[in-house]
Amino acid sequence: MYQTPAIAGSPVLTVRKNVLTVRRNVLTHQRKRDILVDVAPGRPNTRRRQSGKLKGSEVRIDGVDKAFGEFPALIDVSLTVKKGEFFSLLGPSGCGKTTLLRIIAGFETPDVGSVLIDDVDILPIPPNRRHVNTVFQSYALFPHLSVFENIAFPLRLRGLGEKVVTQRVESYIELVRLHGQARKMPSQISGGQKQRVAIARALINEPDVLLLDEPLSALDAKLRQQLLIELDTIHDSVGVTFIYVTHDQQEALSVSDRVAVMNLGRVLQIGAPFEIYEQPADEFVANFIGDTNIQPAVVTSVEGELSRLDAEGLGPVVVTCDVPPEPGHTVRHTIRPEKIRISKKRPEGLAPNTNILQGLVDERIYSGFQSKFFVELPSGYVIKAFQQHARFLDDGPEIEWKDPVWVWWNANDGYVVTPRGGDE
Amino acid sequence: MSTKSGFPRFVYIFVTFFLIAPLIVLVVASFNASRSMQWERFSLEWYRRLFFQSRDLWRAVRNSVVIALSSATVATIIGSLAAIGIRWGRFRLKSYVQTVTLMPLLLPEIILGVSLLIFFASIGVPLGLGTIFIAHTCFNLPFVILIVLARLEEFDFSIIEAAYDLGARERDTLIRVIVPVSMPGILSAFLTAVTLSLEDFVITFFVAGPGSTTLPLYVYSAIRFGVSPVINALSVVMIAVTVALVLLARNMLKYIAK
Repeated sequence: MYQTPAIAGSPVLTVRKNVLTVRRNVLTHQRKRDILVDVAPGRPNTRRRQSGKLKGSEVRIDGVDKAFGEFPALIDVSLTVKKGEFFSLLGPSGCGKTTLLRIIAGFETPDVGSVLIDDVDILPIPPNRRHVNTVFQSYALFPHLSVFENIAFPLRLRGLGEKVVTQRVESYIELVRLHGQARKMPSQISGGQKQRVAIARALINEPDVLLLDEPLSALDAKLRQQLLIELDTIHDSVGVTFIYVTHDQQEALSVSDRVAVMNLGRVLQIGAPFEIYEQPADEFVANFIGDTNIQPAVVTSVEGELSRLDAEGLGPVVVTCDVPPEPGHTVRHTIRPEKIRISKKRPEGLAPNTNILQGLVDERIYSGFQSKFFVELPSGYVIKAFQQHARFLDDGPEIEWKDPVWVWWNANDGYVVTPRGGDE
Repeated sequence: MSTKSGFPRFVYIFVTFFLIAPLIVLVVASFNASRSMQWERFSLEWYRRLFFQSRDLWRAVRNSVVIALSSATVATIIGSLAAIGIRWGRFRLKSYVQTVTLMPLLLPEIILGVSLLIFFASIGVPLGLGTIFIAHTCFNLPFVILIVLARLEEFDFSIIEAAYDLGARERDTLIRVIVPVSMPGILSAFLTAVTLSLEDFVITFFVAGPGSTTLPLYVYSAIRFGVSPVINALSVVMIAVTVALVLLARNMLKYIAK
């Protein structure tokens, strides 16, 4: 199964060290992606491209504004979803992601801007004539129809013969693994099964684009994980463009080819999951995706790629940036907790440009595969450091509550972002 | 039930007595050979007369049934569509339309009856079954709208969007989704309308013409010359039919609700 390489794939991290010197410019990203594709042949996108089963359409959204009364739901949104892509719209509730989805489906009309599917303006086309189908958050199954008839609904509308209908419906029941449930009514099946019915029903017309509006949010965590993997498999086998709306960053990161992070009606960043995670465009994205330490910091000096900052709570830190910030400006310095090393002994032989600080363990949360340490620095700032339990017992003595510890990270792992995005 | 005070039990007995006792008296009287309230002996005489010697009465029954079924059907169709429009339609003056449609519910029947009579007279429509049908459809409408609206309130709008999304036209959505899902509400609205129409006296009294006597009108005119035991027998038959219908409707609704 394909996993987000930047988080789980050690090959990527190895590769990354090799390209350290030219890190963080567009060229490198490109190269990184190419390498990625090579080392992860199971990636859905590559596989599809090889088998030539690309049936979906390209969706281009250009300068879309939408306001509900005084409330601006979308502000100048432009993005392009590629053919056959699994594209996620990610953001907190009220960020406009669902509104954007409803505009593509045809349930809302933008105030300004255009929506093109394969270069055809779809705004004048009513929802029932768009080759776009939606999987609704509430499933929206027809309560008076059986599972079979729910899935058959679009075919019945087209007046297809009984034989064709049965054959098609059965193949989609197969696809979403609902064998033996066909005769049941929606009230007799579980939430996960309802969502499978909704997915089959939305796919049976072979739409150019499938829209998924938080389809898993009503399910419990385990089931969500399982259905997510199935969705990915379904995406591989049907080859349709998926546009997936979610507020759950784990969902978005684990299945998407690309993600658009939204807040307050604006698109803040569009990129592959690892780009969103490793190179957040601004403070909001850095905070919203994953866990991070983030502090306001004043740029004191810049020497080539290396910048020296005075970060609130941390004191002087060094960080590498491909676009150096202006000295004297206030930026945000961020460092992911899993990139911080932690030890009771002062580490020896550190690489140059390593930030090292001393503190007291304020709290430790053990969660099986990792421990989360909250380390209080002399300034009173509490920095998060996550340690993976990669071996049966990690080297060195166990770190306990109130232990004095050293925390350190390389300048290369830190990151500088502009203050909070999306706010006016 | 509280045992501390006798009040609840007293109310219980009192209510039961006044609800049930008249019905029992009626049933007993219908089997009494005597015309008076004094018990003479058991007899089916009044039933024989009811079924074999009351042609006018049966004509009135037939009128009532025809009016009830036709006006309830038309009121259910118009009322259900109106409810769907009020629930989801986007048009100007929607709230006024809603208020105006519910007016007949609030007006005293006698005013509705008089105004209908004046209206029919002024536009020159001869009184008869036609005018009764129009009047009944009119006063049934608000009941149908209210009952169907109540059902639509618990309707998940996203299934309508889903229908459009899957390619349904407006009419497909109505026939294949909205109507079947609202069916319990529509059916109970229909049954209510039938009942209201069958029992209506006041409005019918104003708009009925010669030869268009309905059952309530017939019973009223029969009673003016003293209670005929045939009416008692008829009442017992009606009670039986009503009980049967109620039981049937309840089971049917239960079945549909599943």
